Amino acid sequence: MKLDQETVERVAHLARLEIDEEEKETFTHQLSDILDHAEKLNELDTEDVEPMAHATDVNNVLRSDDVKESLDQDEAVANAPDEEEGMFKVPQIVE
Amino acid sequence: MELYQLPAHELHEKLLAGEVSAVEITEAVYDRIEEVEDNVQAYLNLMKEEAIEQAKKVDQKLADGEDINPLAGIPVALKDNLSTEGIETTCASKILEGYQPPYNATVVEKLAAEDVVMTGKTNMDEFAMGSSTENSGIKNTYNPWDINRVPGGSSGGSAAAVAAGEATIALGSDTGGSIRQPAAFCGVVGMKPTYGLVSRYGLVAFASSLDQIGPFAKDVTDCALALNYIAGHDEMDSTSVDREIPDYTANLDGDISGMKIGVPEEYFGEGIDDEVKESVWNAIEQLEELGAEYEEVSLPHTDYGLSAYYLIAPAEASSNLARYDGVRYGHRSNQANGLIEMFKKTRQEGFGDEVKRRIMLGTYALSSGYYDAYYKKAQKVRTLIKEDFDEAFAEYDILISPTTPTTAFEIGDKSNDPLQMYLSDICTIPVNLAGLPALSMPCGVDSNDLPIGLQIIGDHFAEEKILQVAYALEQATDLDAELEL
Amino acid sequence: MLEDYEITIGLEVHAQLATNTKIFCGCKNEFGAEPNTHTCPVCLGLPGTLPVLNEQAVEYIIKAGLALDCEIATFSKFDRKNYFYPDLPKAYQISQFDLPFCEAGEIDIQVDDEDHEIGITRIHLEEDAGKLTHAGDISNADSSLVDYNRVGTPLIEIVSEPDMKSPQQAVAYLKKLKSILEYIGVSDCEMSEGSLRADANLSIAPNGSEELGTKTELKNMNSFKAIEKALTYEAKRQEKLLDKGEEIVQGTRTWDDEAGKTLALREKEEAHDYRYFPEPDLVPVIVKDSWIKGIKNTIPALPDERKEQYVEEFGIPEYDAEVITADRELADFFEAVVAKFDDAKEVSNWVMGEFSRLLNENEVTPANVEFAPADLAKLLEMKEEDVISSKIAKKVFEKMFNTGQDPETIVEEEGLKQISDSSELEEIVEGVLEDNQSAVEDYKGGNKNVIGFFVGQTMQATQGKANPQKVKELLREKLEE
Ligand SMILES: [Mg+2]
Ligand SMILES: [Zn+2]
Repeated sequence: MKLDQETVERVAHLARLEIDEEEKETFTHQLSDILDHAEKLNELDTEDVEPMAHATDVNNVLRSDDVKESLDQDEAVANAPDEEEGMFKVPQIVE
Repeated sequence: MELYQLPAHELHEKLLAGEVSAVEITEAVYDRIEEVEDNVQAYLNLMKEEAIEQAKKVDQKLADGEDINPLAGIPVALKDNLSTEGIETTCASKILEGYQPPYNATVVEKLAAEDVVMTGKTNMDEFAMGSSTENSGIKNTYNPWDINRVPGGSSGGSAAAVAAGEATIALGSDTGGSIRQPAAFCGVVGMKPTYGLVSRYGLVAFASSLDQIGPFAKDVTDCALALNYIAGHDEMDSTSVDREIPDYTANLDGDISGMKIGVPEEYFGEGIDDEVKESVWNAIEQLEELGAEYEEVSLPHTDYGLSAYYLIAPAEASSNLARYDGVRYGHRSNQANGLIEMFKKTRQEGFGDEVKRRIMLGTYALSSGYYDAYYKKAQKVRTLIKEDFDEAFAEYDILISPTTPTTAFEIGDKSNDPLQMYLSDICTIPVNLAGLPALSMPCGVDSNDLPIGLQIIGDHFAEEKILQVAYALEQATDLDAELEL
Repeated sequence: MLEDYEITIGLEVHAQLATNTKIFCGCKNEFGAEPNTHTCPVCLGLPGTLPVLNEQAVEYIIKAGLALDCEIATFSKFDRKNYFYPDLPKAYQISQFDLPFCEAGEIDIQVDDEDHEIGITRIHLEEDAGKLTHAGDISNADSSLVDYNRVGTPLIEIVSEPDMKSPQQAVAYLKKLKSILEYIGVSDCEMSEGSLRADANLSIAPNGSEELGTKTELKNMNSFKAIEKALTYEAKRQEKLLDKGEEIVQGTRTWDDEAGKTLALREKEEAHDYRYFPEPDLVPVIVKDSWIKGIKNTIPALPDERKEQYVEEFGIPEYDAEVITADRELADFFEAVVAKFDDAKEVSNWVMGEFSRLLNENEVTPANVEFAPADLAKLLEMKEEDVISSKIAKKVFEKMFNTGQDPETIVEEEGLKQISDSSELEEIVEGVLEDNQSAVEDYKGGNKNVIGFFVGQTMQATQGKANPQKVKELLREKLEE
């Protein structure tokens, strides 16, 4: 077993996911299985291998500093679950 | 043949000849939808009114003697992870319920510019995470060949729509096989272009370094045609490649003499169904008869693809899906006390199990202390996989393999075992890791009369060669199977 | 500052770049607009959108790197810094982790006539977050409002080495940094608008100790004064704790300007884990030598270089040179005046005196004054040639400053020319003597100092326009008769 429940809890918090006891249990097992499978990668010596972050070898894609039209305020907040005075409304952080 | 069964290039001929109007084509497709959608459930959202309006515009152009584009008036379905201005775009997730983007994806803009008739938004695995469309947060889609089976995924709705005649062409996205695998299961042609060929702007991200948009079509010519109009550089996507786009239909002449085909032995190993192997081998021999040469080749790191993919894709996904926090759009929990709880409960209520699982996995793989062991290790293995292909393509024009280990499986078969589900993408994943183009096309049926998919893989930007071979094979093959719905 | 301890300070400065548009989209980079009017699908982080890098932002960070003596990376890339906060629409900040654009630079500062070299570890490019305001009364607000206008403003983060040994050095470093960034025009460095923000790390250790003490991170210091006060307070707070044998708790503290205290921020239950990884939506930037050279050519003479020039070429005192060159606009103004009027010391007196006073009072910057530098040169010339007195010159200057009129017109229209004409003055002087007979007696009785009184009276009678030298001569003549 690669993961313990405590780690699963910590990761869930990092990912801002609330998970119940049952999910905690399932995830602990399923993620462990997947990570066990991932252990396979350690069969390979990758000491001198460069990591590949992109699937293209394109570089230096830059745009000129020209102003483009923005959304109107009402368009910007049109999808907001809660809105006030053209701003997105969110609950306070509570201790 | 009914109008809904015809490929786009034939419909275009009929439009030009005045044998049929665009409105008639559109109505034929919506009639078909009416007829079979209850069983197939390919769509999340239909846009009939707009579609008829668009078709009328095309008919007006024809009446005015104006030229029309090859895709004008052709009914095309869009996977629901493509942003459509003012039209709900949910990625089949509850967390995006009600979200109406204020902008169009670049591919949607491009199709609109061709006067394409957009039929609706298709069902998918939530956020494109899955291989059966059973992970849709909204509903299941059923395989038109056997409605007890899955259509594949994640672009299951798009594949099923084209197979069932509910659209002439459809767009999907492919991160680890999400176009090719459902194309194989549904017996249609599906293509994942080279990473960077089609703009990702407006495609809701799953794993940014792997995602690519591509077409589903009834035949290879339509696939080439669709690619003609979605490919091309886009200033809004930094990873989009600035290069000349050829006419992909130009070389579809059936001539493949002298073509060198590599057959990667690792793609015919354990876990690949015998009927699938046999059917693909038959096709390879057929290509030989047509003048191509083939040889077996080894891509030694193939077996590591799945593990590398299931670290890289979830890692990127965990970051890409962090924005669904209930602040700016979509679902927000009303059960929360304070900000952090609002984030957590919103995401708990909005995301399905598979999405949560991948977010957890990806967050873990990136977290402090594990980054090097998991994420970076996987990126290095990704390099090795790409190098395997580079070596092969120094030798061969294309590679041929099965698209999937099996034909379409039954609903519920794998939904409780994520690892088993992941294994169904084993033949398609390495292609995404390397950023290569690949196409899946039907090459036969199994003993259950289910379509078998064959995968043609090309070097970077070798779409023309892939299509050339696919076309030759298509011309030489008589599938001898008819879909009954 | 502390008797038994040595202070160690490092600074992390965020400066907003003065580009036209945001770092990854075409929205205006502008302070003070109506909420959420400078936003688009890209900077709102809407699903499916992608960033495209602003070339000007890259040029600005390279320019800053060159001005701060950094090595410029030939290969640079972006990374995602992942954390949840409502002001961060994608829930990650596009920043740079292991391959920033600039590394290993330095800034020279002077404090109490001592030179110090402060190392710069790195400068990287990143995007700013939005702005969160509390709805209603902050003490019982149950919600906050988010404005994303600021999101995506290009930022450079300049991380110093822990080379500063006092709050004064830290402030000198910041002032110098601000002055250089303003000189090269990459940031307006408006601290009040948040375009220059500094966080500090501070630790203390017993004198002579090899090891550094436990550091605290200080945030929310919004002016140079606040920074000096906060660092001083924090150093003393740590001293008290160590003297009592207590331990310093590592963590983030916020400066409460009103209370004049640093306060511990509530510690998050888990340490930050930003899960940095390479940004897949942006491609690497390769910086060729020719590009660097081109940017180098756009860098003007920096404060230190100009200061040296002022002392050597213009012969003004080092102090004057330091004050004037600290502000690029002021230095530009000074040079423009000196180009037309070559008594540089006189110019420096005016620039540092009257001019600076009026700038402060009117809250304008040298580049935005109504009159041209040539007008000040003209004014000084008129004074030198005794066309006007120095008292009148100040009056004329104030009017120039307020109206933008040139000095000749003002002097002409208001009849402020100095009266040097002997016959005209003679008449006035005679009148003054006539009106003050008893003082004349005093003078004749041997009290020669009375002459000052007569000069004053004469100046008053002419509203300051009389040439005081001439007046004195005339008075002597008349009284000795
Ligand atoms: Mg920063
Ligand atoms: Zn924007």
